[in-house]
Amino acid sequence: MRDVAVIGVGMNKWGELWEKSLRQVFTEAAILALDDAGIDKIDSLIVGCMSSGLFVGQEHLSSLLADYLGQVPVPAARVESACASGGLALRMGFIEVASGMSDVVLVGGVEKMTDVNGHEATFALGTAADQEYECYHGITFPGLYALMARAHMEKYGTTREQLAMVAVKNHYNGSLNPLAQYPFKVSVETVLNSVMVADPLRILDCSPITDGAAALVLCPVELAKKFKKPVVRVIASGMATDAIALSSRQDITWIESTFHAAKKAYAMAGKKPEDIDLIEVHDCFTIAEICVMEALGLVEKGKGGKAVQDGLTSLQGKIPVNASGGLKSKGHPVGATGVAQAVEIVKQLRGEAGPRQVKDAKIGLTQNMGGSGGSSVVHIFERD
Amino acid sequence: MEGIIGYGACIPRNRIKVEEIAKVWGADAPSYRKGLLVEEKSVPSPDQDTITMSVEASKLALKRAGIDPKEIGAVYIGSESHPYAVKPSGTVLAEAIGATPDVHTADFEFACKAGTEGMFVALSLVKAGQVKYGLAVGADTSQGAPGDALEYTAAAGAAAYIFGREKIVAEALETYSYTTDTPDFWRREYQYYPQHGGRFTGEPAYFKHITGAAKGIMEKSGLKPADFQYVIFHQPNGKFPFRVGDMLGFAKKQIEPGWLVNKLGNTYSGSSPLGLTATLDIAKPGDLILIVSYGSGAGSDAFVLKVTERIDEVRDLAPKTRELLDKNKNYLEYGAYAKFRHKIRKAE
Repeated sequence: MRDVAVIGVGMNKWGELWEKSLRQVFTEAAILALDDAGIDKIDSLIVGCMSSGLFVGQEHLSSLLADYLGQVPVPAARVESACASGGLALRMGFIEVASGMSDVVLVGGVEKMTDVNGHEATFALGTAADQEYECYHGITFPGLYALMARAHMEKYGTTREQLAMVAVKNHYNGSLNPLAQYPFKVSVETVLNSVMVADPLRILDCSPITDGAAALVLCPVELAKKFKKPVVRVIASGMATDAIALSSRQDITWIESTFHAAKKAYAMAGKKPEDIDLIEVHDCFTIAEICVMEALGLVEKGKGGKAVQDGLTSLQGKIPVNASGGLKSKGHPVGATGVAQAVEIVKQLRGEAGPRQVKDAKIGLTQNMGGSGGSSVVHIFERD
Repeated sequence: MEGIIGYGACIPRNRIKVEEIAKVWGADAPSYRKGLLVEEKSVPSPDQDTITMSVEASKLALKRAGIDPKEIGAVYIGSESHPYAVKPSGTVLAEAIGATPDVHTADFEFACKAGTEGMFVALSLVKAGQVKYGLAVGADTSQGAPGDALEYTAAAGAAAYIFGREKIVAEALETYSYTTDTPDFWRREYQYYPQHGGRFTGEPAYFKHITGAAKGIMEKSGLKPADFQYVIFHQPNGKFPFRVGDMLGFAKKQIEPGWLVNKLGNTYSGSSPLGLTATLDIAKPGDLILIVSYGSGAGSDAFVLKVTERIDEVRDLAPKTRELLDKNKNYLEYGAYAKFRHKIRKAE
C-alpha cells in the first residue's frame, strides 16, 4: 500500500442554498479543493451522497458531477452509507490511491436537502433507519436518539444540562467558522428552553437540515511532497458496521460500530486515543457526541457528559472536539458531513483554521456515522 | 392630486384561540404563541364569505366618501378565496352597492397581495382620468390545512378603499411594485388547501420582496424611514412585520398602530389593507404612511400616502377597525370552527 496525503480541501458556505442546485453546490466545493491543491485534472472521482434521489430526484451522480466538473471521462463512483456516506467516500478514495489504482482522486460529499418540505426530508432521512423494524412503527431519528439519551441518563446519570453543553460548545466553535450554517452562540438556558422535539431532546439538541458540499484531493505522499502546502497524511482508515435497528443492539448507550472502526484505525496508525490533538465527531444530536467520545476511548464509558461539563472537549481543552462547530452549528448536509470533517482537520493541521485554530495540532481524527450507528468510519490524519 | 377618499373595514365577530386549535392537534400552544406572536384569529360565520365581507367594508367606505355609487367607474376585489372558481365576485359587490351597470369590474388573485393589486389599478385608472371613482377591496376567508402551521393564523376580513381626485383623505404620493417568480405558496385547481415551502416563505420570499418594494419606493420618493409616521407591512404572523421593519430601519412604534395580527390572524388579501384602515383611524393631517403588501408567488405593492385634513371629517362616519377587532367577540370551540370553515364534509 502507498502512503496517502491530502493536497487540497474545499468547502463553501453551508445553509439553505435555495438559489443553487446540487450540481452547483458540489462543483463550487470541488473547484475550491482543486484550486487549493493547484491542479485542474484528476484521475478519479468519488462522491458521497446519501439520498439525492429522494431529495432532488437525481441519481447517477458520479457521471453528472464528473461532467459538470469538466473531468469526463474519468472514472467516478457515488458511495452511500447513510449519514456516513462522506466518510465512506474518503475511505474509498484512500483505498484507490493507496492501492496504486489512481494517483489523484477527488473525494467529494454533497447533499441538497432543502428542496423538499420537512415531512419529505424526515422521510428521506428515515431511510437510514430500519424501515421494517423502526420506521413502520412511527419512529424517526430524533426519537431514536432520544431513546439513547434517556437510556444514557438513566444508566450513567448524564444530565439534561450536560447534553445542552454539547450544543453550547459546538455553537461557540461554529461562531468562529464563517462557513457554518448557524454561526451563533447559544446558552445552556436557551437550549433547555427551546422547542421540545422528542423528550429529552429539544430543537437545539438536533443538527439542522442543510445544503452543502465539501471536497478533498488525495494523492500519494511522494507526489504530495512536490506541492507547496504542508503534507497532511491520511495515516488510518477504519470502518465498521452494526445492526441498523437500535432494538438489535446489546446496549443502546454504546456505539459498537464506532468502537470497532476506531480500534482498527488506532491499530493502523499505531496511535492511541491520547496521541490525538483534535477530533471531529458526528454530533447529529447532542447525545451522539457523548456516546461517540466514549466509543472512541477518549473517556471511560458513561463519562462523556461529565467530560463536556469539565471543558475537556472545548477549544482550549485537553482534546478539542468539533472545533468546526460540528454538525450542530456548521450544519449537516448528510453526504457532505464526513468529507467536511476531514476538511476541518486538514485546515487545523496546516494551521489555517483562523480564530478557532487548535494550538500545535499535529494529529487529528474524524468519526462519521450512519443512522443511529449502523455504520461508522474513522480516519486519522498526521501533518509531516 | 389623487388618493383615498373613503375607507371601510369588515372583521367577522367569531374568534378562535391558538390554545383551542393546539389542543385538537396535541401541539404546544405556548410555542405557537411565542413563535407566531398570535393569540387568536377571526373566523367567518357560515353566511360570511369574501363577497359579503367586501360588501360590508365597501358600504362603510361609501359612508366615509359620501359619494354617489353610480359614479364609481371601477370595482375590484382582490382575494384568494373568491367563492366561485368561475363567476366574478366583483359583479355581486357592484350590484349590491348600486354601481352597476356603468362600471368596469374584475377579480384579482395574487395570494396575499390581491387587495393592494386592486388598489394599485383603481388608483391608476383615477390618475389616468379613465374613471371618476375607483373601488378596490382586499378580502379573504383564508384557508389553512387542518393541523398545518397556517391553521393558527389563516383568518377572515376585508378592507375597502375608494379612490378619487376630490375630497381626498390620504393623497397617494408614490406607488411601486416589486415582483419576481418565487413559488413559496400555492394552491392548484381542485386542491382544497394551499401548500407552502416552509422556511422558504421567509428570506427569499417575504423579506426579499418587502425590503425590495420598500427600498424601491423610498428611493423613488426620496423619503427615508424616519419621514413616516406609520408603516404597514403584510402580517402573515406577528414576528415578520417587526423583523422586516428592523431590517429597513423602522421603529416598533411606527408599526404597532397598524399591527393587528396578534388578535386578528392573517387575513391574506385583507391583511395590510386592514392595517391601513386601523392606521387611518388614528392618523393626523400631514402624516406620511407607507404600506407594503406581500403576495406569495411573489410580489409586493408599496404606496406612500399623505393624510389630509379631511381625515378628521370622515373618521367617525363608520366603525373603526380596532373597535371591530376588540368588541362584540364570539369565541368558538374547534367543532363549531371546523363546521363554519367547511372542514367537515357532509353527505351530498
